[in-house]
Amino acid sequence: MKHLKPINAKAFKIEADLASMDEDVVALQQAPRPHVPLGCSLSFSPGWEVDATGGTAGLCQPAERDIYDCYVTCFWPVQMADHVNYSPDWASNCAAATKDWRSLDIVFP
Amino acid sequence: MTTTLTHRYRSGELHEFRAQGADFIYLVTAGAIFAADDMTRKVLDLLAQHGELDHDELVRALVADGLSGMDAEELVRELRLARAIQSTHIVHALTPSAPPADYPLQALVLNVTNQCNLACTYCYEFGADKIATPSGKPKYMSLETAKSSVDFLLRSAAKREAVHITFFGGETLMNFRLLRDVVIYADEAATAVGKRMTYSLTTNATLLTDEIITFLSDHAVGVTVSMDGPPEMQDARRVYKNGKGSYAVMEPRLRKLIAGHKTRAVTARVTLSAGVTDVQRIYRHLKHDIGFHEVGFAPVTTSGEERDYSLNGDAMTGILSDFEALADEWLDYALQGKVHGFTNVSETITELIAGTNKSHPCGAGLGLLGVSPSGDLAPCHRFTDADTHTLGHIDTGLDQTKREDFLTRGHVASKYECGSCWARPMCAGGCHHEAFVRYGDTGHANLHYCDWIRQWTDRCLQIYGVLAQRNPEFLNRFAERKGLQ
Repeated sequence: MKHLKPINAKAFKIEADLASMDEDVVALQQAPRPHVPLGCSLSFSPGWEVDATGGTAGLCQPAERDIYDCYVTCFWPVQMADHVNYSPDWASNCAAATKDWRSLDIVFP
Repeated sequence: MTTTLTHRYRSGELHEFRAQGADFIYLVTAGAIFAADDMTRKVLDLLAQHGELDHDELVRALVADGLSGMDAEELVRELRLARAIQSTHIVHALTPSAPPADYPLQALVLNVTNQCNLACTYCYEFGADKIATPSGKPKYMSLETAKSSVDFLLRSAAKREAVHITFFGGETLMNFRLLRDVVIYADEAATAVGKRMTYSLTTNATLLTDEIITFLSDHAVGVTVSMDGPPEMQDARRVYKNGKGSYAVMEPRLRKLIAGHKTRAVTARVTLSAGVTDVQRIYRHLKHDIGFHEVGFAPVTTSGEERDYSLNGDAMTGILSDFEALADEWLDYALQGKVHGFTNVSETITELIAGTNKSHPCGAGLGLLGVSPSGDLAPCHRFTDADTHTLGHIDTGLDQTKREDFLTRGHVASKYECGSCWARPMCAGGCHHEAFVRYGDTGHANLHYCDWIRQWTDRCLQIYGVLAQRNPEFLNRFAERKGLQ
């Protein structure tokens, strides 16, 4: 954290929590940030993908990035949080999908 | 086509304070304390000025103030993730969550007797506002009940390595024989299951003898003495049944205790009541003339302001300014690396170091239970022998339904007024017992001292801010001493 300096134990925990977010997917966090979206396709709307084994663990980008696009533009017909009726705040913490996809959480209707 | 959400931000739930010319924020949802830099200050000022701002408006304003676009984005992101600012889309509602039924017990308060050789006029156990219903019940705890209590504690402590027993009354020392036998039994029982047992007791000190003092010191029993100050204050309400004051009887015994007890700190617990409010004078007498290690103060519990011992608003204001003067002295000591004996500051600083964020005002009904002489379980020592608050019996265990009702009521999220108060991580609505006496419901917020608590917490935060800048090493050592590291 650059602007807030933690001075008690709880604040240090918050700092550590945020720091762990900043280092978990290194490829997306190179500086300066690339203007061309990184991904398995050339746009930032890759849809659902599977890795070489048919799973999602080996994707070069996390599946959460995809599901967000199902929410914002609604063109990809897959399961996602019902943001109209039950989970209007589902994506509220996700101002910029490339940085904040970790804030998209599972919801239990 | 791609649509994007437009985020509007408002200030997060926080309390801002200044210390030593610098800005700090206390994050209410976490209990976290941060030093804030000038740009954070700028963001909070902008949001205070406008109420809400769009993401882009906020970034533009910061860029106009000299930040690069990327730095402005980073700043907004940092503050948002730490919840110093929050999107208007998000409402973080407080919801009471049911506590786990197997929450491990940490401490038991054994009311070894409900009898007392004094008749303090403000006593919550015998006075006008008492809630206890001791009629027809045992007056002294039997050894059998006490041993069952020890077994219950060890059984209910799960994986805790250390557990604690506090001996309480009535006047605890009227049943010293039991206390002695329990300590010997509990030491063995704890060792047998690989746990450590520690002890403390609260007493009025009038019945102390050399034999008792030696026992307490040999077995490292922490002693808290209920005492209200120099003779005229002590004798105002801490009296025998014939009205005679207790100072002359307790004072020589107390001095022997402090001289003879080598293993634990001896602390004083002062009840402030009408006319007994000169905190500074009381502190100096107890700390310097008598020699207590620490002195803690609490205002008397009453149902209202009509009792002759009640404290009115003016008295509470006077107490607050005395508290603040003593708190300044505490800070002076801390800046020199010395520990001051004013418990009220020490306790608050301990909680601020950890970033305590309470669901309940205290451990009553969670890690702590009271046991009455009959073996009835209660949320704490203040509820023992009160039929309305029995939570089970030592032989049959906790009544989980009653316990859950007590804890759900007492949860800070159940207290409507607390939802908008920045001091709730530390206060959580205040003492369950005091709420019951005052409002008839343990789950009622103690509204009669909200302003008081906020001002006091703010002062302790300022002290924390000064120390964090000028003597952070002291805070580290203080945390170590309190077992926080």
